[in-house]
Amino acid sequence: MRERLALARYVLTENPVNLAALLLLAILLFSALLGPALVPYDPLATNTAIALNPPSAAHWFGTDQLGRDIFSRVVVATRIDLAIAFGAVLLSLSIGAMIGAAMGYFGGMLDRVGGRIVDVLMAFPLFALAMGVVAALGNSVSSVVYATAVINLPFYVRLARAEVSVRRGLGYVEAARIGGSSNLRILRVFLLPNILPTLVVQASVNLGWAVLNAAGLSFIGLGVRAPTPEWGIMVAEGAQFILSGRWWLAAFPGAALMLAVFCFNLLGDGLRDIVDPRSRT
Amino acid sequence: MSATAALLAIEDLTVTFRTRAGTVHALEGVSFAIAEGEILGIVGESGSGKSVTAYGILGLLDAAARVASGRVMFGGRDLLRLSQAQLSDLRGREISIVFQNPRTALNPIRPIGLQIADVIARHDPGPAATIREKVLAVLRQVRIPDPERRLAAVPYELSGGMCQRVGIAMALACAPRLLLADEPTTGLDVTTQAVIMDLVRDSVHQRGMSAVFITHDLALASEYCDRIVVMHAGHVVEDAPVRALFAQPRHPYTAKLLASVPSAVESVDALSPIDGALPDLRRDDLPACRFSERCERRRAACDEGPIRPAPCGPDHRVACKVPL
Amino acid sequence: MTPVLELRALSKSFTVAGAQTGLAWPWRRRASSRLAAVDHVDLRVMPGEALGLVGESGCGKSTLARLASRLIDADAGEILLDGAGIHDVSPARFATSPQRRHVQMVFQDPTESLNPRFSVFEAIADPVRMLLPGSTREIAARVEKAAAQVGLPRELFSRFPHQLSGGQKARVGIARAMAVEPRLLVLDEPTSALDVSVQALVLKLLVQLRRQAGVALLFVSHDLTVVRLLCDRIAVMYLGQVVETADSATLFRAPRHPYTRALLSAIPRLPGVARATREHLDGEPRSPIDPDPNACRFAGRCPLETKLCTTEAPTLRAVAPDHIVRCHHPLESAMP
Repeated sequence: MRERLALARYVLTENPVNLAALLLLAILLFSALLGPALVPYDPLATNTAIALNPPSAAHWFGTDQLGRDIFSRVVVATRIDLAIAFGAVLLSLSIGAMIGAAMGYFGGMLDRVGGRIVDVLMAFPLFALAMGVVAALGNSVSSVVYATAVINLPFYVRLARAEVSVRRGLGYVEAARIGGSSNLRILRVFLLPNILPTLVVQASVNLGWAVLNAAGLSFIGLGVRAPTPEWGIMVAEGAQFILSGRWWLAAFPGAALMLAVFCFNLLGDGLRDIVDPRSRT
Repeated sequence: MSATAALLAIEDLTVTFRTRAGTVHALEGVSFAIAEGEILGIVGESGSGKSVTAYGILGLLDAAARVASGRVMFGGRDLLRLSQAQLSDLRGREISIVFQNPRTALNPIRPIGLQIADVIARHDPGPAATIREKVLAVLRQVRIPDPERRLAAVPYELSGGMCQRVGIAMALACAPRLLLADEPTTGLDVTTQAVIMDLVRDSVHQRGMSAVFITHDLALASEYCDRIVVMHAGHVVEDAPVRALFAQPRHPYTAKLLASVPSAVESVDALSPIDGALPDLRRDDLPACRFSERCERRRAACDEGPIRPAPCGPDHRVACKVPL
Repeated sequence: MTPVLELRALSKSFTVAGAQTGLAWPWRRRASSRLAAVDHVDLRVMPGEALGLVGESGCGKSTLARLASRLIDADAGEILLDGAGIHDVSPARFATSPQRRHVQMVFQDPTESLNPRFSVFEAIADPVRMLLPGSTREIAARVEKAAAQVGLPRELFSRFPHQLSGGQKARVGIARAMAVEPRLLVLDEPTSALDVSVQALVLKLLVQLRRQAGVALLFVSHDLTVVRLLCDRIAVMYLGQVVETADSATLFRAPRHPYTRALLSAIPRLPGVARATREHLDGEPRSPIDPDPNACRFAGRCPLETKLCTTEAPTLRAVAPDHIVRCHHPLESAMP
């Protein structure tokens, strides 16, 4: 325990960026968990009398075209955006890890066929693929989650496959075989737990993309629908007002999006430094 | 040995490394000298600091290293004070190194003829035909059969022994005055090891060079070296000619090491492992003698540092307050 | 007496991609060559005996170790454990058979051979749980017994591999193998990755284990000095074949195969230790790919080679009771 704390202190002090990432994450999680209870205004309450007001003391981020408080909407949107991102990445990671590990361990036909399927998936422009999945499954939040999960799957499959291939010939795997473990048990007990740290690092970077993906899909009208507050929708609705000088409708949700993606990327870098310092950039 | 006869003299070298787990006190007060035409062996277990010493001589330590004190005198200059440009001129030309793993020391996809030519061209530029002749000459010297055909060979096609011969050829190409060999035969078969070591010894003697041979294998060191420096946990503990060291080791660690080597005993019962383990070099409270915590001869005097090698016989130094 | 382990005409080869000419169309069968890693090897380990298997890289000893411990399948031949054949089951099926526990293995790199996620207790208990299931108390008792056998203190039970020293890790590896009370322990270069002082510890431990538990050892190593101390008999391998087998003392004093003699002469000796004149082997070993069945594998490097050696492959023949050699011209028994 003590050496974990020492390591944590080293990582945080050595690169101040990690500290920044951690703080940002704290803010995001706070907004997602407690935001809806603490925001000053109801994010759905309309009031056309104060529509399109610039940022002021009463409305920190201003109001949108229906008089809704943008600050409250941005904070409440955190929950849905993060939920979609975490959900999708979790799904991707768990399914991708199992498929990739099986491919890396057993090799042979499974590996060759699986590898080709992954190649095909990766050959598609990912966003178009996501659109296709949402269109096929219907316009709802869950299909956004599935779509994001599907397009992220290949990364985890490849990573898991590579990590398992490397470890497959190691002494402790052979020892497990000699110790009477079946192939399935070796995968479950000896291999998957050991490749998890690398996958988690990939996941934290992926979270940024997932958030962007979700926002992008709702930007074009797929997935989350108005009036639910969600950063992508807010940017979409606010975009038409930029030319007339009302920048605050799109800018604040856009900034929130940027901060979230930034935070997850930094987090991923920091985690990677802890897990495998040799692959630093 | 008088200081004037020394080709290379290391004086009081202290090196630390800054790592994520703390500061590692890798070397402390390391001093020894190499005479002209001498083959010196540095023997120690892993973690004793022998490779750090070699890399320190050539300025090859990585960015986390700090040289806290000391001098490395070569040709009247302190190598630790030289600039990168000056060191770069020195490496390969005056002092060369043969690395442990020949496969990682060579560029795996570049023909060996070109790799050796690169070294020659760097220090001794000339027309391509002359360089080619020099490359062939040094390949013959390391007894690679059919050198003309091998010029185009690429390291991944060659065996470990061949790759190491190429490594040695690169080190000898510009006729340096000092050759450093960092565990050059680890990972090679024993028959290949014999051939490579004989090769190194013959080349060194023929050219009147000096060499430093770093190894953990005592028997190997005893066969090829004129004198041996024994290192333990970053300290030099004993420094003597080969015969004297093995006939009468003066440091308790040397004696224990000799008793724990399979080739030194006749039966397993005579093997006596060394108690305890190497001290953690990250500690700030390392004792003056880093072997004292495992030594049954320990006295109060052993905690009064610093303990430096002192003469205890003709050409024989030992760093111990209670030598054998 | 039935040998604990008997290998009869055991062979294993690997396919190596052959040279490519032209485009690699999927329907074109690629010429493939066979790398004869282990070629018709006969071997016997008697109960409680320590047999050393030595040779240089590429001789097939590691492959043989893995065949004997049933990690891989042989292409041909038989493997008999206490007289019962174990070669016709797949490794996966063998893992659940009652004989699995009688052949255990100690690996070369103690760090790599321990699961980083398992504590010391878990690491030793795992094979016991799988192969000798019992109550928690029974399993704990076995773990403690194995740990005591190798001198591993109980305080280390909750530690993880990265918190252990090299010597401690080596002991955990041995305890793990001994915990299921095997009849045969296969050791694949167990001391190569260890420091000299830890090596000494492990060797003494192995001798002690033999005395106490009567376990047989198949000790694979390239380090002859270690094998000399530990093993009763030694088998020398070269390019997939056994070329000489004899008891330790005889092999070291008077080897009969030219390769063995060259090998022994190459070992560095401490001052004062008797040595024979060094013999250098010219050239590189023959390629193990598609070996010529009508020639001795050592031809081309052998100082005693004659025409016969390139036209007829020698077979194993006894040159003295309990001393077999594969050579047309075995050396005289009196060493210079």
